[in-house]
Amino acid sequence: MKKKIRSLEDLNRFREKAFEAKQRQTHLGNVQVIVSLGSCGIAAGAFDTLKAIQQQVDDDHLNEVIVSQTGCIGLCGHEPIVEVITADTSKVTYGHVTPEVARRILREHVLGGKVLEAFVVEV
Amino acid sequence: MKVIRSMVLVSVDQASLERGAEEVFHKFLEEIDEFGLSDKIAVSTIRDVGLRDDIPLVIVYPDAAVYGPVRLEDVHTIVEEHLYKGNIVPHLLALMRELAPEIAWTRDRRGTLPIEKRIVLERAGIVNPESIEDYILNDGFQALGKALTQMTPAEVIAEIDKSGLQGRGGAGFPTGRKWSFVASTPGSPKYVICNADESEPGTFKDRLILEGDPFSIVEAMTIAGYAIGAHEGYIYIRGEYPRAYHLIENAIHQAEMLGLLGDHIFGTDYSFHIHPHAGAGAYICGEETALIESLEGKRGMPRPRPPYPTTYGLFGKPTVVNNVETLANVPPILRNGAVWYREVGSPKSTGTKVYTILGNVNFTGLIEVPMGITLREVIDIYGKGMRNGKKLKLVQTGGSSGTIVPAKLQDTPLDFDSFRNAGVSLGSGALLVCDEDTCVVDLAKVILRFFRNECCGKCTPCRIGTLRLYEIINQISEGKAVLSDLEVMQNISEAMSEVSNCGLGQTASTALRDILKYFREEVEMHIIDKVCPVGVCPIAKHESELMQKAG
Repeated sequence: MKKKIRSLEDLNRFREKAFEAKQRQTHLGNVQVIVSLGSCGIAAGAFDTLKAIQQQVDDDHLNEVIVSQTGCIGLCGHEPIVEVITADTSKVTYGHVTPEVARRILREHVLGGKVLEAFVVEV
Repeated sequence: MKVIRSMVLVSVDQASLERGAEEVFHKFLEEIDEFGLSDKIAVSTIRDVGLRDDIPLVIVYPDAAVYGPVRLEDVHTIVEEHLYKGNIVPHLLALMRELAPEIAWTRDRRGTLPIEKRIVLERAGIVNPESIEDYILNDGFQALGKALTQMTPAEVIAEIDKSGLQGRGGAGFPTGRKWSFVASTPGSPKYVICNADESEPGTFKDRLILEGDPFSIVEAMTIAGYAIGAHEGYIYIRGEYPRAYHLIENAIHQAEMLGLLGDHIFGTDYSFHIHPHAGAGAYICGEETALIESLEGKRGMPRPRPPYPTTYGLFGKPTVVNNVETLANVPPILRNGAVWYREVGSPKSTGTKVYTILGNVNFTGLIEVPMGITLREVIDIYGKGMRNGKKLKLVQTGGSSGTIVPAKLQDTPLDFDSFRNAGVSLGSGALLVCDEDTCVVDLAKVILRFFRNECCGKCTPCRIGTLRLYEIINQISEGKAVLSDLEVMQNISEAMSEVSNCGLGQTASTALRDILKYFREEVEMHIIDKVCPVGVCPIAKHESELMQKAG
């Protein structure tokens, strides 16, 4: 059972720990792939996209890739949306990411370092 | 994709044209091109600016700066100083005066650029909604900690009151006042209800908040509970939102594990429990008294009001019912202070509003912008213009029970006061944009069919009225109606809005009323000429079939 938070100081300590954990996780060289899993994303097939990404990550042993989820960011017309945050480039947001496109993103962007301009959504 | 960041409107009414508006318009195009801004700035025209002598007027969005009279030689200065460098040119500004009566003009807009500003949605789409660590990392539970350990309940209410926060569910009732009513009403226990039964067609802002940032609702409900002295809270989530329900359940569980919800929150004596409850798909349960009935386990039918839920709510006890978006505003207000919140939006309608844009625009989705921006900006800047370059015909604001705003009113600022003056409801924040290919009769038919299905049947005007209205509009669309039917419709609609028991019946015919007000000619064409000008209604289809047969 986790330790209860009993004061604002406790909360801030918890926050610092969470921050450190996050830092460790996203240290240099790691790549974050974030799939937007709001209802709109799911309706557009985000679960299939997520599955394809996880499959690819497992198959290719991409240990440095962290796959996580988030809610909808309001670009419902572009779902499914996948964000890629690499250490060297800023955040890239892709729209209409089918499983096939997701595999290409992993191959060409995450591994190859080349952004797939055709699927980038301007935020 | 072309991203328009600013818009120039030149007035082109007859008087303006006589004074060289057309030349000014072309000069703008030239100058903007010269500065290499043509893919960032749109130039358009505005027809009716009312009777004034400082024409031609030039309005620059999003700053809402009005220049006038603009002579040919001023164009260069405006483009260079304002559009290129970003400084408003004070000596060319027009005098502050009302524009045409239908353009409720705002000149006291706070801040400079009404760019998207995220308060409610600051975390949505950024954090992992299943992780409390992510939430705490992004300022989560700071507001609750501050409220419980450093503020009295009265201070919390005073802060919310001072912020000017108004309910975002549609009616716009001041939240601070609602809380203080419940706090001062005798009776125990008291309850907090979060109304997440967002069933207004075209609205999905609450779902996005619940799915993107569920912890903020848990935190906000706890703050509300502390402020009014409640220890139990219910969140009534629309049945069609299973993912939101799952995420809220998870958020409640995780917060309880960390002692941020449940007994002895933050180590204090204050306890608060939240119970999620799934709706069963009835539109009427979004109405707060029907929602309360449904929570009590009865059939979801509205109660007569008064007494209001603030005195006689859940299980007959004083109850606060707040919309999801309203609650989502609470933690940021407590964290940053009421003064900070008042800086955003227009003076009388503070803060931001979340809008869902849908219909015939290039970008559909969701935006959060300060109160007081205009429909034109929403459509042209955030909606990225009309789809296929069609012309705007009307916008329905606030879902099916909302009002119809014709294209000529698109410069009305979107805030509670201006909308009230223009007879428009801001409602739930849905903006359904319809282009010239939309038939108003067809639109009314869809809306009235929806209400016919969703009427709960408790009171007669609504039960009979929604059915009769649907029957008549159906006849109009088939070309079988007579002109006097319009009077019948108007009578029914008036009766419904005056004597119906709850909001459903009172607002079911709002759209119809507006259509008859702004588009009566088009409706009459269906009846007199038996023609649907847009070619959507069954009469038109029937006609084309006849034509095909004929040859």
